[in-house]
Amino acid sequence: MRSITKYRFGIMPTLLVAVLSPVPLLAADGAEIIKKSQAAFYEAGQDMKARVKMTLMAREGQQRLRDLTMLRKNYPASEQKYFMYFHSPADVAGMTFMIYKYPNRDDDRWLFIPAINLVNRIAAQDSRSSFVGSDFTYEDVSGRDLTADAHALLREEPFNDRKVYVVESKPIGPAEYTRKLSWIDQASFLPLKEEYYDVQESLYKIFTAEEIKDVQGFATIMKRTMSNVKTGHKTEVVFERIQYNVGLGDDLFSERYLRRPPEKWIK
Amino acid sequence: MKYWTSISFILLLVTPALAEEVALHGFVQGNYAARITGEELSGPEGGDFLLGEERLQLKLAVSSQGAGFFLKTDFFRDAVSRTTDTDLREAYLDYGTGALDLRIGRQIITWGVGDLVFINDIFPKDYAAFFSGRPLEYLKIGSDAMKVNLFADLISAELVVIPFFQSDNLPPSQRFFMFDPFPGVQRTTEEPRAELGNTELALRLYRSLSGFDAAVYAYKGFLKTPSMRPDDPVSPIQVTLFFPRLAVYGASAQGNALGGVVSIEAGYYDSLDDRSGRDPAIPNSMVKYLAGYQRQLWTDFTAGLQYYGEYLIDYGPYRDTLPLGFPAQDRLRQLLTVRLTQLFLYQTLRLSFFAFYSPTDQDYYFIPEVRYSFTDALWGAVGANIFGGEKETTFFGQLDKNDNLYVTMRYEF
Repeated sequence: MRSITKYRFGIMPTLLVAVLSPVPLLAADGAEIIKKSQAAFYEAGQDMKARVKMTLMAREGQQRLRDLTMLRKNYPASEQKYFMYFHSPADVAGMTFMIYKYPNRDDDRWLFIPAINLVNRIAAQDSRSSFVGSDFTYEDVSGRDLTADAHALLREEPFNDRKVYVVESKPIGPAEYTRKLSWIDQASFLPLKEEYYDVQESLYKIFTAEEIKDVQGFATIMKRTMSNVKTGHKTEVVFERIQYNVGLGDDLFSERYLRRPPEKWIK
Repeated sequence: MKYWTSISFILLLVTPALAEEVALHGFVQGNYAARITGEELSGPEGGDFLLGEERLQLKLAVSSQGAGFFLKTDFFRDAVSRTTDTDLREAYLDYGTGALDLRIGRQIITWGVGDLVFINDIFPKDYAAFFSGRPLEYLKIGSDAMKVNLFADLISAELVVIPFFQSDNLPPSQRFFMFDPFPGVQRTTEEPRAELGNTELALRLYRSLSGFDAAVYAYKGFLKTPSMRPDDPVSPIQVTLFFPRLAVYGASAQGNALGGVVSIEAGYYDSLDDRSGRDPAIPNSMVKYLAGYQRQLWTDFTAGLQYYGEYLIDYGPYRDTLPLGFPAQDRLRQLLTVRLTQLFLYQTLRLSFFAFYSPTDQDYYFIPEVRYSFTDALWGAVGANIFGGEKETTFFGQLDKNDNLYVTMRYEF
């Protein structure tokens, strides 16, 4: 009898406090915000199909284009599979690239080179490498491991008429940045801006989301830019014809379709 | 006017229904290589230039509803031999349905996990192109073949049927210094005739095995590099170049391990025409194997290492029957390779270095290259092929006098 009373008056009030706490207090955890942000940014829908146009711009004004179709499918335990088909430039046209992405271990990456009909594994240790020569890294394209950084919510503030969380992420292992600040929209959880700082504590890279659209109920960044403020080089990425939940089969992410990309999906 | 309107209307109706994808690509390329050793061969093609050519490649790909065709044709001017020619690189038809893919026609096939080292890839290669600085894709020659793929969850299969023999293209003696055990002797070539009985068969079974891409291979056909048989072992008047029958059984695996990509491959070369190993004209049966490791050491820098071995079966009979004065090969030939690649300037500038070194043959082959993409369409490359060795009879040692510099420039569209 005594013990029951203890339960009633000892534990229950604690539970009540937890349940009734306002949402911002729960979300105050930086890691939780980044987790939600990654889910909104990299994991929307069960699968996705998009035509991606990247424009690489040098300070001197020279432009290079990368035109590809990106297919992505989500799997349990935060695993993802990506399939990319390059339409241009001509020297990579027809190449396909496949990634099996795992949380907390090296990705599996395959590249198909049509000129010699070769499928080969690509070493994937450095996810901070540039993706196809752009200012975006592999991680910027498919997401960085949540536990690779220590995240802290710095403040909440208005940003372009929206309420945002400002989260600071510091890499735990070696990385080319020492600190990243993210301005994350409180409604959609998409990053509106990111700043990367190097060892000298100076800002060198800025990510901005220029256009966000609702696609099938998922807030989607349609246009984004990564600018290197030190070199003056920047890369603008436009998503065209993006669709979610198109019903990509598991067999798509296989050697068969690396070698013979299915016309239905890559257009 | 009305006529044209109705035609356009019909076209509008028909085109989406067919949903035909048509793609035309290609390039124009200049490719030049000159020997830098100062050594010259006699004959019109024996001068410094190993290669001097302008080339147009057209690639036409058409597909709709799982069916398609692909054509890749080169038109080129060979300025060294002063000839103009065409080369049908690939021409095939594709059909895919359910768990089956079919490809018929001239096609390039690449098997195995070696980097410029081939064990289970028994498809024809063009070493003349490779040694004179032509782009890597020219190392492979198309096979006139039928290929059937069957896909299943448990295991997938690829069967290649090649009725028409295609040999490797070796460096021509008019342009390259090569070791010749029968100098000055007249020679004829006997290729396997286009007969049903000479059809080559190659089978690959593959699947994923604990994160590794695993495959087993079987092949029955012919050696792609010719063997030499003199009409008289002591004072020959004529040498016949022929292609002994060969079977190969092998396996490979490639996957992420040890912080990089690990590759292993092995194959048993069954010398069907010389099982006893007593015919000095025919290579004996051997076991070939390789282990490779590739890793990104820092941003935009990748290093690859390979160890390769060739172990001769029946070494006793080989030594017993080797004609007097002929260079003997070791029982175990070993080869190490290194590939280093560094990208700069947003991956538009690529510095690469590939090295072969054989500790048993004591010979080497180095390929340093700088490649720069001027624009999305135009790239240029400058590189060198440097050969050498202790002896003039080993694989790379015989090429010692052919060190060359090459230049390639290509506009792709």
